[in-house]
Amino acid sequence: MTENTDAPAAAPLTVPGFRRDHAAHPPLDYPPYRSTALRHPTRPLKLLPHMLTEVTGPVFGHDRIGDLDHDLTRQRSGEPQGQRIIVHGRVLDAGGRPVPHSLVEVWQANAGGRYRHVIDNWPCPLDPNFDGAGRTLTDADGRYRFVTVRPGAYPWRNHDNAWRPAHIHFSLFGTSFTQRLVTQMYFPDDPLFGQDPMWNAIPDEAARQRLVARYDHGATEPQWALAFAWDIVLRGPETTPFEQEADDD
Amino acid sequence: MPRTTPSQTVGPFLHIGLADDPYAADEGAPGGLWIRGTVYDGAGAPMPDAIVETWQADPDGRFDHPADPRGARTSPGFRGFARCATDADGAYSVFTRKPGAVPGPAGPQAPHIDVSLFARGMLRRVVTRLYFPEDAAARAADPVLSAITDDRERDTLLARAADDGYRFDIRVQGPGETVFFDV
Repeated sequence: MTENTDAPAAAPLTVPGFRRDHAAHPPLDYPPYRSTALRHPTRPLKLLPHMLTEVTGPVFGHDRIGDLDHDLTRQRSGEPQGQRIIVHGRVLDAGGRPVPHSLVEVWQANAGGRYRHVIDNWPCPLDPNFDGAGRTLTDADGRYRFVTVRPGAYPWRNHDNAWRPAHIHFSLFGTSFTQRLVTQMYFPDDPLFGQDPMWNAIPDEAARQRLVARYDHGATEPQWALAFAWDIVLRGPETTPFEQEADDD
Repeated sequence: MPRTTPSQTVGPFLHIGLADDPYAADEGAPGGLWIRGTVYDGAGAPMPDAIVETWQADPDGRFDHPADPRGARTSPGFRGFARCATDADGAYSVFTRKPGAVPGPAGPQAPHIDVSLFARGMLRRVVTRLYFPEDAAARAADPVLSAITDDRERDTLLARAADDGYRFDIRVQGPGETVFFDV
């Protein structure tokens, strides 16, 4: 859409902001995740009021998405090893509204827990048929769907005998700069949760559980793939017609 | 009402899923410029596993977005968004055009770029703003800069002029620590 109304920058302009939601997120300084030590600001964050730059954001069109970008099992000449799965869900805002036509990016390890990345060299083979990256746009109802293989757990060096629970990285743009979110989706009942500092960094158990997908038998495809459902909730408007949930701040 | 999904780190393998997209404006766009910088950690070491994202208005201070009450306006060859992972030396670069002044609730904001930084070792992004050195008068009246009373802190948001654009280093922690915002 193009309009040519020319308002001078000097004319004051107020726009509706987004609700702040710090309590949902892990802190930047979390000693059990050792790499946070030198990578967290030490001064308090300063409040940035939500103005035009914050309530707008990049709009990505279908021209940026390839036909097979959502299907991580069909990006090479053959099929990857592992358990084929469908991961689907909705992107909503905290006001309960779907977030349509927004970019969702994913990346993950292969079925053995190895990433196709130069610095990942733990002794688990790469899969010549798996790159581990996907992208899609949500539809008009905020729905997304990926086809992939279930990623494996893998070791890392944060603490003695440390293992990351199996996860898929998700990157979401929503519709505004304020809604930008990068997170990880986990699988139900993973025994590795308790020793994982990234999981434990999330302040409360209910919030942690919001990162766990649900096995969705109804969305499986017989003789072909298991399915997991996971809804993602981005920040919502500061005010909604209904009064908001108990405060998240 | 649903509750917000918590953030998690991008981890060390961010490059797989977050592809570089360093051109906010087409190469060769009039007034095109590079913003280059290095991201440093609290020990002063460059961070080779971070990614910088930028979002800004067009040269007239307009956005191609429905939330702009003045109307969405397309600016040919301009997207307003760029991102670039840091290289082995912690360096990033994005190509863009200088944004215009953008209205705020009590008058204009100085030309600025909103910057997100993601990295291994960061459980959520941090956000800062880049301002331009030549806009002294506009910066003095800017509502965000005016709220920062310490000169040295405020100066961390100031890009420096460079041969082909500007330089904007980000210091996550320690001496010269960049001002980060609660967005």
